[in-house]
Amino acid sequence: MTEQLLIWIPLLPLIAAAIVGLFGSRLPRCAAHWLTILGVGGALVLSAMVFKATLSGFTHNADLYTWLTSGDIHFAVGFLIDNLTAMMMVVVTFVSLMVHIYTIGYMHEDPGYSRFFSYISLFTFAMLMLVMSNNFMQLFFGWEAVGLVSYLLIGFWYTRPTAIYANLKAFLVNRVGDFGFLLGIGLVLTYTGSLDYAEVFSAAPALADTTISLFANTPWSLMTVTCILLFVGAMGKSAQVPLHVWLPDSMEGPTPISALIHAATMVTAGIFMVARMSPLFEISTTALSFVMTIGAITALFMGLLGIMQNDIKRVIAYSTLSQLGYMTVALGASAYSVAIFHLMTHAFFKALLFLGAGSVIMGMHHDQDIRNMGNLKKYFPVTWITSLIGSLALIGTPFFAGFYSKDSIIEAVKFSQIPGSGFAYFAVVAGVFITAFYSFRLYFIVFHGKERWRKAKPHTDDDHEHHHGLTPDQDPHEPGWVVKLPLILLAIPSVVIGYLAIKPMLFGDFFKGVITVNAEAHPAMEHLTHHFHEFLHTPSGMALHGFFTLPFALAASGVGLSWFFYMKRPDIPAAIQKRFSLINTILENKYGFDSFNERFFASGSSFIGNKLWQIVDVKIIDGAIVNGTANLVAKLSGIVRRLQSGMIYHYAFAMIIGAFLLLTFFNRIVL
Amino acid sequence: MLANYTLSLSIWVPILAGLLVLAAGNDSRASMTRWLALLGGIAGFLVTLPLYFQFNIAEGGFQFQEATYWIPAFQIYYHLGVDGISVPLILLTSFTTVICIIASWEVIKKSIAQYMACFLIMSGLMIGVFSALDSILYYVFWESMLIPMFLVIGKWGGQNRVYATIKFFLYTLLGSLLMLVAFIYLFHKTGSFNIVKYHDVVLPLNVQIFIFIAFFMAFAVKIPMWPLHTWLPDAHVEAPTAGSVVLAAVMLKLGGYSFLRFAMPIAPDASHYLSGYMIALSLIAILYIALVALVQKDMKKLIAYSSISHMGFVTLGFFLFSQLGLEGAIVQMISHGFISAAMFLCVGVLYDRMHSREIASYGGVANTMPVFAAFAVFFAMANSGLPGTSGFVGEFMVILASVEYDFWVAFIAATTLIFGASYTLWMVKRVFYGEAANKKVAALKDLTRREFAMLGVLAALTLGIGVYPQVITGMTQATSERFLNHMTTSKLPSVGM
Repeated sequence: MTEQLLIWIPLLPLIAAAIVGLFGSRLPRCAAHWLTILGVGGALVLSAMVFKATLSGFTHNADLYTWLTSGDIHFAVGFLIDNLTAMMMVVVTFVSLMVHIYTIGYMHEDPGYSRFFSYISLFTFAMLMLVMSNNFMQLFFGWEAVGLVSYLLIGFWYTRPTAIYANLKAFLVNRVGDFGFLLGIGLVLTYTGSLDYAEVFSAAPALADTTISLFANTPWSLMTVTCILLFVGAMGKSAQVPLHVWLPDSMEGPTPISALIHAATMVTAGIFMVARMSPLFEISTTALSFVMTIGAITALFMGLLGIMQNDIKRVIAYSTLSQLGYMTVALGASAYSVAIFHLMTHAFFKALLFLGAGSVIMGMHHDQDIRNMGNLKKYFPVTWITSLIGSLALIGTPFFAGFYSKDSIIEAVKFSQIPGSGFAYFAVVAGVFITAFYSFRLYFIVFHGKERWRKAKPHTDDDHEHHHGLTPDQDPHEPGWVVKLPLILLAIPSVVIGYLAIKPMLFGDFFKGVITVNAEAHPAMEHLTHHFHEFLHTPSGMALHGFFTLPFALAASGVGLSWFFYMKRPDIPAAIQKRFSLINTILENKYGFDSFNERFFASGSSFIGNKLWQIVDVKIIDGAIVNGTANLVAKLSGIVRRLQSGMIYHYAFAMIIGAFLLLTFFNRIVL
Repeated sequence: MLANYTLSLSIWVPILAGLLVLAAGNDSRASMTRWLALLGGIAGFLVTLPLYFQFNIAEGGFQFQEATYWIPAFQIYYHLGVDGISVPLILLTSFTTVICIIASWEVIKKSIAQYMACFLIMSGLMIGVFSALDSILYYVFWESMLIPMFLVIGKWGGQNRVYATIKFFLYTLLGSLLMLVAFIYLFHKTGSFNIVKYHDVVLPLNVQIFIFIAFFMAFAVKIPMWPLHTWLPDAHVEAPTAGSVVLAAVMLKLGGYSFLRFAMPIAPDASHYLSGYMIALSLIAILYIALVALVQKDMKKLIAYSSISHMGFVTLGFFLFSQLGLEGAIVQMISHGFISAAMFLCVGVLYDRMHSREIASYGGVANTMPVFAAFAVFFAMANSGLPGTSGFVGEFMVILASVEYDFWVAFIAATTLIFGASYTLWMVKRVFYGEAANKKVAALKDLTRREFAMLGVLAALTLGIGVYPQVITGMTQATSERFLNHMTTSKLPSVGM
């Protein structure tokens, strides 16, 4: 029963996307949103049914059709449904449905209305194909297909120079990750002879001691190389340093997709992938150390950048980067279930924060600069409360969803003993303070304080032409119910989902048989479980205990400091910026990644391309060899031309000699 | 015995149709001429369909064989036959011809009959190349198909067409003559011009190397492989749209096909011996040419370089000697046929309206031609190897196969993920996105029905093969198994002989 329905889960959004995409211009506007909402809503209902079935033990792993066979190698399209997949399906379709509804309000006046709905439905299809896959080939399909839709949506307003710069950048940086990912898949196929998850995972343990030589006959552990290459793919998609550079720029896309793609779902694909590959990553502690270190760097240093931003969406974008770093750290600590748990809670509260930001942006007439905002709680009551809930969840306030997942990450890292865990522990703990600081900086500036647009000139500094803004005498208005309803529906899980889900997901049997942990080598998760059952017992116990921990103290002081800085003494942050101008410059330039990439990779490729073209192709091959040959022929023919005297007896003589020579030659062969 | 004349029909129907168009067509009866040509093209396509539907996919050898004496004195036969490698290419050829005729519909206004006839005749001759099993017959088709191409570029081409045709001629002549020498040598060895017999002839390694190089000169020019590639960008730039389409979609594949038909099976030991060099040249094509493509300012040149880079995967796949690599290379040839054709058609759509191929003349085309922009982005993505499109399948297979061969070979080949996307999408950005760059762009009209139909069919095929590539690999499976078996058997004279 359920098995026959599986195919419809990705197919419904695809069909809706295809109809709206192909015929959208001829259909009425409401058809665009009703069709896609029906498609995604249907997928959500079916996903929920599948989820319910998996809770009572349903699993499914079968091929749908053979994509291609070549020799003994068999590539298929198929589904693997287990608890991990089912949970991802529900999260993806739920957030997607919220975003669909929200979009009715957000894109109301946009001429590309139906195109937008078609894209986000197509995205839902691609993301579902990614999470439901039972093999690496289809995973890679979904992986790149979500990248495509991300490209299309970042560049949705394709007349804006910043948007079309950002979407190209996003696609290419992701391609750098996919480059590693594909090589990793290649190693998997070469050594296991299959791309089917089940076959690969069962073959992997036997390869634990296999080595390959990459440089100068130094043996490298095959699994280490494979896992790091696969993780490079995750670094692209999940925006880990140094492949994070595309995510802040992706904010050029419309806000609904920032919530759906660049916060809740697509960017977490890398986290999902590594968790799915836990049987491989568990074999290589070196790879896990690498994962953890990269995650820790991202969690700490990207959070710091969040403090510097004045664009409401960019603050949240850097927060997303930092939270993705947290998830990655959890993966490195072999706490895969914790990473997935944080992925889920984050999906809800971060989607909520982005949609809240979108609501503010709409009300402010597309002004995104927080320096023009203030006291919006008066005008945006629903947005205000839900954003506060989202922020509290984000900074890990006990009882909120984010608390359970983030605190578990911190504890897991504490118990981890692999190289790099010391730094990672520092990073995630320090990150708590930073997260609280930038989150509430944003919250206080936007929702409290003075109504700054009354004084501000709407068109200041780096305003793009699409930033309209309010005039000083205007009052902002909160958008209607299509916007507010998704905020409320997302706020509910942002509060309760952690409390409800932590026990089964982390300490129960939910991921049994799905996630593999080598408890002897990487005991962090075991310690964490033990700690929970021994000391905390219940989710409430954990939350109450949470009030007396270092992370809570740090979060509280982060909130306190931001209140003091931005509500009480706004002169202090300005003074600090002046006093520590070097640090300020480094942060403002985002550690220089962008300018380095621009100068080194972009200009470098063009430079080499130009030299190869102008010197090797044009001068050497064409100039010296091809045209040189032509010139030589011309010269030779100048000499030969003298033989063409025009005298018949010259030709006749030549013919006789020729015939004589030929006959002699042929006689020899024949005789 | 040989009751099936499918192959003869496939060759002669388009040629006769071409002659008919030439005889009956006239610029004063333009419409009739065009319809006649289209009917001829469609007939030519229909007669090739039995090759697909009646093909026995379990059989790795030659099917649909026909053989009669042609020049008995020299043992030259009119001998035709196809296997799993040539059938997809023949279908690609006859299909592309239909597209070319539609693409030239309103664009060509002078000497319509002659122009259309060139494409129809060229189609028959190219199918002849793909199905000839007699080397002299093959050689005749191989050389004669160049004539209509010369005419198309030389008569209907751009400003610098004379230089382009001469360059094209110099390159191909040089290669083809060496190939003829190889044929004559093999004739002396075997007393026959039968290609199948050539496959079994025992040859010492040094002779194999000479033969391989002689063939290499002919085929590497066609594909083209670095450093024999510089004729292609010039030829493309000067050729009219349909000329570029045939050139990219079919003619380049003649080189790839011929490697599999001649150079490799006749000289398998030399192929193994020289495979390192061949792989190196393929990788140069993939990486170096991609970088060169990145800095092109002319759209056609950019796509031409992109073609060379993509054909690098074809030669790379051949010389890995694995089934995945070989079939990947074949899929890549077919896929590139669709995608490059579509890309050149897209440039044609713009050129017909603006008479410029310079990227800098454009900007913001999506504002005025949204439907066209959607197609262009789709084909650009296919050209960047996006999964779900046919462009992904071949590259994916070849890269996976090359990891097995050597990690670093795969490493260089996989850079196409980055650079292929870079040059293609950067061009898309500059041409299609942004505000309308000038008044001419602002006045553009979106696709006509004719253009929509062409691009729509190509998009459907690109997508179809991406979603279900087994359509192709099902055909090539048995043949490529047989081919690889043949390649692993040494043809060196054994010591005892």
